[in-house]
Amino acid sequence: MSSIIVDQLNYVYSPGTAYEKHALKDINLVINDGEYIGLIGHTGSGKSTLIQHLNGLIKATAGTIYYNGEDIYDKNYNMKGLRSKVGLVFQYPEHQLFETTVYKDVSFGPKNLGLEQLEIDLRTYEAVKMVGLGDDILDASPFELSGGQKRRVAIAGVLAMKPEVLILDEPTAGLDPKGRDEILEQIAKLHRDSKITIILVSHSMEDVAKYADRLIVMNKGGIVYNGMPHEVFVHYKELEKIGLAAPQVTYVMNELNNMGFSVNPSVTTVEEATEEVVRALSQTYTSRRKIKND
Amino acid sequence: MGMIKAHNLVFEYIRRDEEGNVESINRAIDNVNIDVTKGDFVAILGANGSGKSTMAKHINAILTPTEGTVWVNGMDTKNEEKLWEIRQTAGMVFQNPDNQIIATVVEEDVGFGAENLGVPTEEIWTRVEESLKAAGMLEYRHHSPNKLSGGQKQRVAIAGIMAMKPECIVLDEPTAMLDPIGRKEVLQTIKELNKKEKVTVLLITHYMEEVIHADKVIVMDQGKVVMQGTPREIFSKVDELKQYCLAVPQVTELAYELSKKGFAIPKGILTVKELVEAINSIA
Ligand SMILES: Nc1ncnc2c1ncn2[C@@H]1O[C@H](COP(=O)(O)OP(=O)(O)O)[C@@H](O)[C@H]1O
Ligand SMILES: Nc1ncnc2c1ncn2[C@@H]1O[C@H](COP(=O)(O)OP(=O)(O)O)[C@@H](O)[C@H]1O
Ligand SMILES: [Mg+2]
Ligand SMILES: [Mg+2]
Repeated sequence: MSSIIVDQLNYVYSPGTAYEKHALKDINLVINDGEYIGLIGHTGSGKSTLIQHLNGLIKATAGTIYYNGEDIYDKNYNMKGLRSKVGLVFQYPEHQLFETTVYKDVSFGPKNLGLEQLEIDLRTYEAVKMVGLGDDILDASPFELSGGQKRRVAIAGVLAMKPEVLILDEPTAGLDPKGRDEILEQIAKLHRDSKITIILVSHSMEDVAKYADRLIVMNKGGIVYNGMPHEVFVHYKELEKIGLAAPQVTYVMNELNNMGFSVNPSVTTVEEATEEVVRALSQTYTSRRKIKND
Repeated sequence: MGMIKAHNLVFEYIRRDEEGNVESINRAIDNVNIDVTKGDFVAILGANGSGKSTMAKHINAILTPTEGTVWVNGMDTKNEEKLWEIRQTAGMVFQNPDNQIIATVVEEDVGFGAENLGVPTEEIWTRVEESLKAAGMLEYRHHSPNKLSGGQKQRVAIAGIMAMKPECIVLDEPTAMLDPIGRKEVLQTIKELNKKEKVTVLLITHYMEEVIHADKVIVMDQGKVVMQGTPREIFSKVDELKQYCLAVPQVTELAYELSKKGFAIPKGILTVKELVEAINSIA
């Protein structure tokens, strides 16, 4: 089973200068094959720094990372291989589109891997399809596309590398609600169909609650919570103190619970909340009817 | 006349080749009429590409109409003699906090716009202090903007606009890059400016929860205004909003799901408190 193990990771930016910043502090973490992880934390908590370690773009100041059991800082480790296995989609990735056609942009990575032309073409078509775009877009200039389309082209460029792990740094920032839902649905589908491990960095508590199996919460360079969404959002008061919040429905459930309704306060999605309220309300209906009849 | 008025506004982005021949025309604003009352808090929603930013840029005359007219506090934005007065009347705050900070110390950054307007130095310092206070950032006046969080940087940007004493402030997705608390802080600042300083606010956002306190919501689609109303009116139309690539706040959606199941929950629930009360009243 493939996995990522982060062992006592520390990172310091610009050590020994006035700008020195201890951005990651003793991070320990296991990410298993096929998981969907939501990574949350206030601005500056270290999310982007951490994910750049996972594909080797930044080298730890101390500690190490094992990818599929191998120490990525070993002298003989194939770092270039790691970068294609762990795909990273940066924030506002559309700013990095630079080719004249979508085809050229998406095929850039596979080409760089030195693959055969047929394989490059296949991967390019497949990646574009995976992000929900049609073939007809391949000849378009990236600059003619809408914000949501550009974002998908950028994600396709990373998918064309056939990564085992896909990391996305706030992939929905600035998109309208429909564009946001479409991208998140595409990622969920990729996760289901291709069993890719997903790490989603997000500022939307609603989105990570809906899609992630497990949440990792960062604060000031460390990990403060690591668990399933309902386990993490129970701590909504503590989360607020560190710049975060819980999904709106979690607050509704807590209020109802405090008022004596028998609803589960750790619910995090609209679907679950609907079920809980329906159940609680039909219980009160039944019990009232019973009292009446008695 | 209102603070901002657009009459039959049309704007076309025209692309030309090297010889100046027209290559393509993109009608980004297609016959829009809006009227924003002085002192109102108005939110603009709409899909990516629906024309919101193009609209915003007309309000401080970065763009001028292809057809129709825009007035800011009665001044026609095509009147070049009024350009400075218009820009002083309507200040703009953009999405990216990092692109809006100029100086190396917070208070200098905040004073920059006012200084450019030729405000006397003495007066600038008074205004800087007032605006930083209004934005809840006074204690950071001697700090370096680079060291601030995204939400704090946006509040510095807002303070900088406030120091120019605008009557109206236009914010184009000011919270898009912020974490939940940063969003809350910025929204709180905007609401207070509107309430206490009586500044007319035009807020463009993709976060539906941010518009529930607006006096009025305008929905744009393909360059046109397709819905207008109070937040409650707008958010009662869940299905129509979806057509325009929009959504409703999570509590509104939960209320909607419950009413679909036959529970008597009123339409257009906007807050946690309202929903909890509605559920309690039918239990
Ligand atoms: N290139 C850099 N040089 C110095 N400090 C940096 C650099 N990049 C990030 N930092 C600092 O490291 C910390 C973590 O930043 P980052 O990983 O970007 O956080 P997040 O992605 O959670 O917002 C912050 O305090 C940030 O200011
Ligand atoms: N500088 C520009 N040149 C050409 N077309 C543009 C430019 N800016 C925006 N557009 C186009 O105008 C339309 C409206 O864009 P915009 O006002 O940015 O929408 P929004 O802010 O609602 O996302 C879109 O079709 C967009 O592609
Ligand atoms: Mg980041
Ligand atoms: Mg815009």
